[in-house]
Amino acid sequence: METVSSLLDKEWLERYKRISRLNIRSSIYDVTNQCNLRCKGCFFFSSDEHKKAVEENDLNKWEQFIDKEKDRGVNLAILIGGEPTLHLDRVEAFYKRLPTYCATNGIIKVPRDRFPDMMVGISLWGDEEDEKVLRGKNVFAISSKNYEGDPYTYYLYTITPKQVGLTEKIIKKIRNVGLKVHLQLLSNDEDVDGFFWSEDQLKDICSEMDDMLDKYPDTVISSKYYHKIITTGEMMGRSFGWKECPSVTEPLDKRYPQPKRLIHFIRWASDLKTMHRCCTSETRDCSTCKDGAAHMSWVMVNKRAHIKTKKDLQNWIEVYEMFAKLYQFIPW
Amino acid sequence: MAKTIEAKDIMLKIAEIIISELKLEDITAETFDPDLDLVDELGIDSMDLTTVALVLQDEYNIIIDEDDYPTLKTVRLISDYIQKELKDK
Ligand code: SF4
Ligand code: SF4
Repeated sequence: METVSSLLDKEWLERYKRISRLNIRSSIYDVTNQCNLRCKGCFFFSSDEHKKAVEENDLNKWEQFIDKEKDRGVNLAILIGGEPTLHLDRVEAFYKRLPTYCATNGIIKVPRDRFPDMMVGISLWGDEEDEKVLRGKNVFAISSKNYEGDPYTYYLYTITPKQVGLTEKIIKKIRNVGLKVHLQLLSNDEDVDGFFWSEDQLKDICSEMDDMLDKYPDTVISSKYYHKIITTGEMMGRSFGWKECPSVTEPLDKRYPQPKRLIHFIRWASDLKTMHRCCTSETRDCSTCKDGAAHMSWVMVNKRAHIKTKKDLQNWIEVYEMFAKLYQFIPW
Repeated sequence: MAKTIEAKDIMLKIAEIIISELKLEDITAETFDPDLDLVDELGIDSMDLTTVALVLQDEYNIIIDEDDYPTLKTVRLISDYIQKELKDK
């Protein structure tokens, strides 16, 4: 029987100890059903999730709800939407009570006097051309001005198949504005022509992401194991999908046998009552889901499966560290 | 009346349950180190602990509070916990 200390040297053991007891309990909150953009392929609008619940407008109700979430053991609130910055009072209600991460398109700047150290993840969908096609404008031009040099902000770069061979240009642009970047892949929920992944493209983007990580280690927050898993959907001989997904809302999770999953995870709609199936679109086909956070969590919840060889366990540590950095549990 | 079960027997039973529930290989209840840190060394997570706790609850007819899971770090500590619960019954 392998144990952690039998597999790791002193340096890796220290890294392991830094994260092994973090016990991250996240949940996701739709702060609003509104957005100041309408991106093609946005899972929220394409699956009509914005119509699932009538938004709660009473701030007191939000505050009471968040207190209950805290009592439920949540120690990481992931705010999505719609666009959370359209309702900064709700964002603030979370921020004052819980470690909070805010996903945004970056068009509205989170005021740092109100949110000095809140982690902000700005969505980016490729280069100027892609953003114009998919989002209607060059969003990067606005968001990079708003957040230049901000130590608590990174780009969440959704790579599209059209970006294969072109990611370096974007990563350099991000580095030049003094920000970090995390990589994920487009799932193409709205079947936009030309944005489906082929096997070859997935192989190519995997090695391209590896190269970018080697070349820009201070800018790219990622891991090679994560690249392999999101491009292949395979981990330790198992395939990602509904049966394995860790990011299913717990009270709605009737799967049997239960896979390893995020404990007490719920994705709440903005009425604070309705629960969505999972961390992403309810209508998404799990067999083609490329959700980065779900894949990352898949690795994280399967720790014991990685206590096999030194390399497996190191891979696990790197993915966990990546997550912990992105959500500010450990420094960059 | 308080039941008395030998600590050694409880530890063996706990090790047996952990080995069988978590499908651990190359180890027996007799060779399981009662002071091995289950979380840090074996990588047991709260889901594993829940599984093990449910079996232990049935076995000893006690209730293990979820809030106490973080303290159940080793076979010996679990055994102490069970003994205390049995005494308090
Ligand atoms: S900015 Fe985000 S929430 Fe708004 S439409 Fe685009 S992907 Fe959807
Ligand atoms: S769509 Fe993706 S995140 Fe949602 S349940 Fe399916 S695999 Fe999991």
